[in-house]
Amino acid sequence: MCDDQFTRSYWYAVARIEDLPEGRPRATKLLDVDIDLLRTQGQATATTRPSDGQAIHLPTKEQYGHVWTTLSESPRDLYAMPEFEEPGRRLVTAGAITVSCSGLRVVENFLDMAHFPFVHTGILGEEPHTDVAAYDVELREDVDEVWATKCEFYQPKAAAAAEGGQLTRYMYRVAQPFSTVLYKTCPIREGAWDLIGLFIQPKTQTECDVHSFVLVFDDSNSDNALLQFQQMIFMQDRMILENQVPSLLPLDPRLELPTRADASSIAYRRWLKAHGQTYGVLPQA
Amino acid sequence: MKLYDYVLSSDCYKVRLLAGCLGIELQTIPVNVFPGEEHRSPEFLAVSPLGKIPVLSDGGVVLQDAHAILVYLAKRQGDAGAAWYPDADAASCAAVQQWLTFATELDGTIGAARQHSMLGKPLDVDRARSGAREQITALDDHLTDREFDGSAWIVGNSPTIADVAVFAQVAVAGDGAIDLTPYKAVGRWLKTMVSVPGFSPMPGISAIR
Repeated sequence: MCDDQFTRSYWYAVARIEDLPEGRPRATKLLDVDIDLLRTQGQATATTRPSDGQAIHLPTKEQYGHVWTTLSESPRDLYAMPEFEEPGRRLVTAGAITVSCSGLRVVENFLDMAHFPFVHTGILGEEPHTDVAAYDVELREDVDEVWATKCEFYQPKAAAAAEGGQLTRYMYRVAQPFSTVLYKTCPIREGAWDLIGLFIQPKTQTECDVHSFVLVFDDSNSDNALLQFQQMIFMQDRMILENQVPSLLPLDPRLELPTRADASSIAYRRWLKAHGQTYGVLPQA
Repeated sequence: MKLYDYVLSSDCYKVRLLAGCLGIELQTIPVNVFPGEEHRSPEFLAVSPLGKIPVLSDGGVVLQDAHAILVYLAKRQGDAGAAWYPDADAASCAAVQQWLTFATELDGTIGAARQHSMLGKPLDVDRARSGAREQITALDDHLTDREFDGSAWIVGNSPTIADVAVFAQVAVAGDGAIDLTPYKAVGRWLKTMVSVPGFSPMPGISAIR
């Protein structure tokens, strides 16, 4: 049972839209609650499946290629990504990959550029280009989001469409405790950002389904090539995530390392702590 | 040569791995197995009626099985591939076949546990993992015996397609939450495989370096 009101106040992606066709129900879990998903008369429905008591119909919405639901009666608005409306972009959704760790760990790993040369060797980074240059981190109070901007990293193959190495510019956005989006220099369109995002569905405190998407300008790669690139990168991360100890995220400030590379991680943890995040968090000793 | 390929498939990885070791360039055609299930689509079934990946297409030759493709690639290279498929010697050739079958059986344990852990496929996962541990123990015993014979390899004194086929399953056991640390000979063999010229990894195995 999740009594963390901050966590409960958000919408969560629970399936890709095309994975919930008419007449093919799916069983899933969100914040320790068993949920049945079904599409009837075109409408996605989500119903709790309690071991005792009455089933409850949850609100649903379909956006950003996914079916979303929430345990809150008055959820926060799902965050805006106007890029989804831009003509010429291609959306590839990679499906849910299960990871045995806190979903907060997945977000934190996503924010960490220092792991690129070691986990995504030859793709998102390579030795000796291991230094993480200074970048800006801010809490945007109007939307209650954490942003890291002016990030730069040398990448041998930054995207499926990248030809050769480049200094890639990044922005990271944490719009929800369990969701994060990367804005990254588009290799083929000047001034545009490509988006790569994770919609994390915390099933329990230590297990999550990670729904990811790629929203890019790319004239040369097939959807399947984009999909495989994304899945390859994520599976490299998964291996690291499942080996992290503890699998819950510590928020104790004494466990924070004040290095530059960790600036976004520190801001993220502080933001969670300020909101009283307990779900997926290592209890204080 | 065209390879219909999926990045998270151990069977596809077997082919990419051997092709790299043999210096064969493949044109890979990515198939959206997950989440798209394209390998069951009419378009893919027209290419491969068995509905399986990988599929290799080379001129008029179409092969729909990973181990058949390994044999084909090794034989196709003539002398350069002979060591990888030592079929001139009856005992070696049969031993390779035996370990290819072993690799196929790993798909029902390690492969199934991976699908369960990564993609939520329903499974009696405890049973799959315990079956995997028995198989990996047998492999560990075999590799220990081989070390006593002065060889680092499953068959003979150099890597064969048996090593490729078994490696592609065992090296990603961690994806299915199967811990390889107790298997010392297996660990040494994995590291030796990584140092073979032309070796390429797949996601899930870089930790063994």
